[in-house]
Amino acid sequence: MKQLKTELVNQRKIAASIYEAVLYHESIDDQFKPGQFVHVKAGAGSDPLLRRPISICHVDPEEHLLTMIYRAEGKGTNLLKNEVPGAVIDILGPLGNGFPVDEVKSGQKAVLVGGGIGVPPLYYLSEKLRERGVAVHHVNGFQSKESVFYENEFKELGPLTITTADGSYGESGFVTSQLDLSFDYLFACGPSPMLQALEAYRSKGKVYLSLEQRMGCGIGACLACVCHVHGSDLAYRKVCSDGPVFEAGEVVL
Amino acid sequence: MSRLTIELPGLSLKNPVMPASGCFGFGREYSKFYNLEKLGAIMVKATTQEPRFGNPTPRVAETSSGMLNAIGLQNPGLDNVLQSELPWLSQYDVPVIANVAGSTIEDYIAVSEKISKAENVHALELNISCPNVKEGGLAFGTVAETAYEVTKEVKKVSRVPVYVKLSPNVTDIVSIAKAVEKAGADGLTMINTLLGMRIDLKTGKPILANGAGGLSGPAIKPVAIRMIHQVSQEVSIPIIGMGGIQSAEDVVEYFLAGASAVAVGTANFVDPFCCPTIIEDLPPLLDELGVNHINELIGRSWKNEWTLQSSSR
Repeated sequence: MKQLKTELVNQRKIAASIYEAVLYHESIDDQFKPGQFVHVKAGAGSDPLLRRPISICHVDPEEHLLTMIYRAEGKGTNLLKNEVPGAVIDILGPLGNGFPVDEVKSGQKAVLVGGGIGVPPLYYLSEKLRERGVAVHHVNGFQSKESVFYENEFKELGPLTITTADGSYGESGFVTSQLDLSFDYLFACGPSPMLQALEAYRSKGKVYLSLEQRMGCGIGACLACVCHVHGSDLAYRKVCSDGPVFEAGEVVL
Repeated sequence: MSRLTIELPGLSLKNPVMPASGCFGFGREYSKFYNLEKLGAIMVKATTQEPRFGNPTPRVAETSSGMLNAIGLQNPGLDNVLQSELPWLSQYDVPVIANVAGSTIEDYIAVSEKISKAENVHALELNISCPNVKEGGLAFGTVAETAYEVTKEVKKVSRVPVYVKLSPNVTDIVSIAKAVEKAGADGLTMINTLLGMRIDLKTGKPILANGAGGLSGPAIKPVAIRMIHQVSQEVSIPIIGMGGIQSAEDVVEYFLAGASAVAVGTANFVDPFCCPTIIEDLPPLLDELGVNHINELIGRSWKNEWTLQSSSR
């Protein structure tokens, strides 16, 4: 992990409150893995004070570019969305442990399930799985038609099913209603209720879940983002540095 | 760098900057960013007799120029700290200040006695001011009599000097400071976090699972400065100051208020390199202020005979 003063190359709104930012720094390379995240300082002042953890959506190691997608929701991300190309964006990264891409073999089948702002890291994961010859199927869930993003991008990598909670686009309902699929691996990132529902799919194959949690430092020092380990009152994992990706069943969701 | 050296009970500091307890773990994470020997000292995470998981999440919430935390003294327990964390840290030539917490006076005594025997522990920091635990913690630090009692008992068993970490959540911090000085404390560390709360508009409930939490960060610096200014004039033991320090300028302000060293807390979360950066920034700032040695600054805000060269600018 490094602290990088990256340059904002491009930024655009891609759905309701959803922004895609492309960052450049000569140190950005393939050490940034799918499922890892960067800890982004929004604005130069002390309000907001802490960094925002944002997942990695795509990395171009030759051009040293990193794409991240975030939802402008609070003070920090609303500052970030107003940054223009040329702005210096201070990031820490890559942080955490990503998806076990190397474990999946050519010819195996993977289902990638994303919910809302949990969708972006699965794009990078899908790219890397495709490179290995893995058959990838995507199920991405959103609130409504206005919040759908990266439809064409995902379709280029494999079949895509889109669900919306209000039924305004794609299939109506939650992602879990569209998972009548066989798989060797299921990878997911999204809100806790979605991840909890996906734990049941452990009987069908290997399931890896990427967790979201309020963080402080992002490097494992402050113990803000801990979660319990099944079967112990004292054992814990830090979402930021032990995760954010865990095999289903390892930690209490 | 000899202009930054500070001598305190049990501590020969090559510079007066150290990470604050609870904001640096036991150093492992930050050792990946820089050599820990750059630090004046390290205040490690609070240690209790038994391992603790701490509070449920969410444990942090942001505020304007600050953050609330309610970690709840999560730590691996005394045995693990003695067998694993402190020996690991001993590879670095840097004094350790062990933060001691507990639910009862007996807890404080037991942990202090054992942890003060560890070779790299040069001082104890008695945590009688944690706002995030149901028993002990803050309860010891808000009443002068109990603060006196726990300090006195720990002094009997500790093999190293004892610093007492004061809570700002009191009506009269001077009376607490005087009580622990009378009990034999070798120094004070101040301030711990201020009790606060944030409420989520969507749920209508507090953001922190614990409800309230401790406020830290730049937002609390003026409170700490005022309290150190007040306390340093009333006691003769040294003060390690903390609360919202982010820069060399902040360090100088703490010294002027009456601190003899400082600890950096929340800023480590924002910038992992903040401690070494502050240490590097101090000598040029002393030049700018026309100060030869940093100890000349201690308490100058209330010592009338002296003014900073640059104050006439």
